[in-house]
Amino acid sequence: MTKITFIEPNGTRREIEAADGQSVMLAATGAGIDGISAECGGSCICATCHCLVIDAPQDLPEMEDTERDTLEFTSDAMQDNSRLTCQVEVTPALDGAVFQVVGH
Amino acid sequence: MAGVVIIGAGHGGTQLAAGLRDEGYAGTIDLISADPDHPYHKPPLSKSFMKAEDAPLQPLRAPVFFADKDIRLHLGQTATGIDRAAKTVTLADGATLPYAALVLATGTEARRLTLPGHDLPGVHTLRTASDARALRGALPGVARVVVIGGGFIGLEAAAMLAGRGIAVTVAELAPRLLGRAASAEVAQAVAHELEALGVRVLTGVSVEAIEGEGRVAAVRLGTEVLAADLVIVGIGAVPVDGLARAADLTVENGVVVDAHLATSDPHIFALGDCASFPAPGNGRHMRLESVQNATDQARALAATLAGKPTAYGAVPWFWSDIGPMKLQIAGLIGAADEAITTHGADGRLKSVYHLAAGRLVAVETLNSAGEHMLARRLLTDGVTPPRDVLATGDAARIKAAWQDLTATA
Repeated sequence: MTKITFIEPNGTRREIEAADGQSVMLAATGAGIDGISAECGGSCICATCHCLVIDAPQDLPEMEDTERDTLEFTSDAMQDNSRLTCQVEVTPALDGAVFQVVGH
Repeated sequence: MAGVVIIGAGHGGTQLAAGLRDEGYAGTIDLISADPDHPYHKPPLSKSFMKAEDAPLQPLRAPVFFADKDIRLHLGQTATGIDRAAKTVTLADGATLPYAALVLATGTEARRLTLPGHDLPGVHTLRTASDARALRGALPGVARVVVIGGGFIGLEAAAMLAGRGIAVTVAELAPRLLGRAASAEVAQAVAHELEALGVRVLTGVSVEAIEGEGRVAAVRLGTEVLAADLVIVGIGAVPVDGLARAADLTVENGVVVDAHLATSDPHIFALGDCASFPAPGNGRHMRLESVQNATDQARALAATLAGKPTAYGAVPWFWSDIGPMKLQIAGLIGAADEAITTHGADGRLKSVYHLAAGRLVAVETLNSAGEHMLARRLLTDGVTPPRDVLATGDAARIKAAWQDLTATA
């Protein structure tokens, strides 16, 4: 299990224990984190799992083109630390990471 | 005091319950679901759910969410009647729930074949978790599948089955795949993709019967007989409107609602796949079967029911993952009279820009997520970049044109 912290849209910080191998989005929605509606279920389409990486003990794996393109043209402005959490896998390297939910 | 009662806990009903709390609604929320499974994402049923025997359903919201938000979830409960005068709903177990506002989010059910053999064991449909579990459980040992119908669900299933090494034939009555849902250009690209995956695609064929002794063995077409260990019927869906009809609400290709999603009874609303709503722009009633339509209508209705009347007017968008191909559609092709196609470096179709009387009305993309997201912005803002810019299919250039057009607007 990997500890990940989310900052919900209203500012609440919540730490969760996430099972490795699933996506960060699934871990977050499974724990009832507010603001991640994940409408498309993880197909990298709706951008409603958009989060900012506030802190990460190690660099996250690089984005693929689909994630980058979806983020670049989404209505919630893309920032340098933007990620679609459905495309980020929970691994021990994420232990201690902090994601801020952009919301929808 | 009576609150909001929602019938149907699919994408729309569940989003409405969540959205009401987001909007600060403090009354009671009862979410009634005839489906016994905890509310789940439907699109993965034909894809990731099939990949492993123990793949779980993907919850729309975690169980803890419903408790946290004080949403009363009634799973496996069928609503049997509406008393409009008393403003109550009756459930199959005899319980009666009062409502201030009632919302029908009942969705659709698979259209049934009426051919000989339609009810033989081995004939499947794919709409609910229980359908998906039955199909998944039946697949081991299956070598040949016939998919009847060339719509999105059937084609997604065909690609998934071909990926497992199963010999798949798609039999479609119409002259091409995807009927009204996609353009002819895209339908042809999808057919090529499926054929590259090993799927046999037959269009313009009639299905005469499903044959077999005790279970399915073949599908008889007008032209040939296809051996089959299993058949998937994907010939569309019909709105679940029985409650609305019994309650004498106006029903015509779905439950008829106005721009605020109210039915002919001002205390009863409908949304999602089962609702026939006035299209923004021309006001003609239409019904859409999509996750986006259900969830965005739920957001609009949540605001209305929380005291902020909100007309529904979102740009429709849609996606389908067919094997490795990601098809995305923004807008409605309906009235288009001009198509601009673009191709990737590999020569394959990448996008189709549809114009009606010179205005951009819809964009289809294949494996081109940036163009799709940008198309949604263009359609929301109602801008049409110059044709020569669209024809480049270059998202950066189209974005620059969009910025120019919206800056001067």
